[in-house]
Amino acid sequence: MPLFERLYNFAHWLTQDREEAEDLVQETYAKALKGFRSFQPGTNFRAWIYQILRNTFLTSRTGLQSTATVPLDLESDRQALPTEKDTPESILLQRSDRQLVQEALDRLPVPYREVLLLCEFEEMSYQEISATLAIPMGTVMSRLSRARRALRDAVQELQRN
Amino acid sequence: MACEPWTEKLDAYFDGELPADEARALQQHLRECATCAAEGLAKVQRKLVVKAAGQRFTPDPAFRARIARSIAARRPSATLPLGRRGWLPVFEIATVAAALLIGATLFLTLHRGRGEQRLISELVDQHVATLASANPVDVVSTDRHTVKPWFAGKIPFTFNLPELQGSPFVLVGGRVGYLSQSPGAELIFRVRQHQISVFIFQEKELRDVRENEAVRTALSFEVRTWRHNGLCYFVIGDASAQDLDKLSELIKAAG
Repeated sequence: MPLFERLYNFAHWLTQDREEAEDLVQETYAKALKGFRSFQPGTNFRAWIYQILRNTFLTSRTGLQSTATVPLDLESDRQALPTEKDTPESILLQRSDRQLVQEALDRLPVPYREVLLLCEFEEMSYQEISATLAIPMGTVMSRLSRARRALRDAVQELQRN
Repeated sequence: MACEPWTEKLDAYFDGELPADEARALQQHLRECATCAAEGLAKVQRKLVVKAAGQRFTPDPAFRARIARSIAARRPSATLPLGRRGWLPVFEIATVAAALLIGATLFLTLHRGRGEQRLISELVDQHVATLASANPVDVVSTDRHTVKPWFAGKIPFTFNLPELQGSPFVLVGGRVGYLSQSPGAELIFRVRQHQISVFIFQEKELRDVRENEAVRTALSFEVRTWRHNGLCYFVIGDASAQDLDKLSELIKAAG
């Protein structure tokens, strides 16, 4: 998938609105072009441009609203919660449940949604995610752990209904 | 079996983030412990489902056109300054940026491990950084005999430079590059208006180069890779595929 399409896809996941996603991508490109010289040699280009996109989102109206209600425990860097064994329903999650998973992702708070997408879909390394989100590696790992739990819970709830 | 220490590492393992020795130990445990293996399988399934679910939104063709127009229109006022040596080619930032941001194809096949994707990605980044840099080379090629000896003592191997006489390629110079913390050579060639980076690293220092030889297009750059005599070669640039093939041939012919 070309970079432009990946950026658009990610923007739309964040904004949950096509028009706002377009604005977000447009503004990201404008900033990236303007700031291209500030791109540090030896650092990761992909993390750099995703960081621009994300920061632009966070300062937009939708972005400000979405982070207004971030649960407090997202900001802590406590150890990741211990893993629980799965219930049979979640173990049987198949690729056919794609739409279900998309709905579940939609329900997650933005910090969980974005970290899951960056890890699983964009296949960024922890290092890249750390750079993109400007959080320490330890926080990447604990946030991923919580996000995965939250996704499981959201999926289970959708499956029950 | 007390699985606590293992279950905590499962996420990192399947994310490809465990160091090799811990990964091997965990693999051994997974062979022996059905519970952890089942948990691992569930984790992998969930990863795959989220990966599949992640591709959801595509941009409107009208929007795509709008972006392309606005990038083309928005050429930055400044062009790259000439290097202090004066004769290095000037690349407009907009050309490089547009190539990156519009991006013909981002092609990394599903077979490639993340490790290898990362290596290629890192090198593409380095190539871009070299393009954008005011001082891209540390050693300038004045003739055939400056560049190769300059690397002696800076990198733990030697390599042969291609014979460029009669070809459209010019060796601009070189610098020491790093990949997976391993030092190697970055050679910068010019062909017409394009710049090509050739990276050479020792094979034994790179864990993740799977293919013996490959042709790829990453982030709109052409990439050629191959192995020879314990060295890995990566040729990256936005020149044409034919140009990269030709330069690769010349390098291979040098031995």
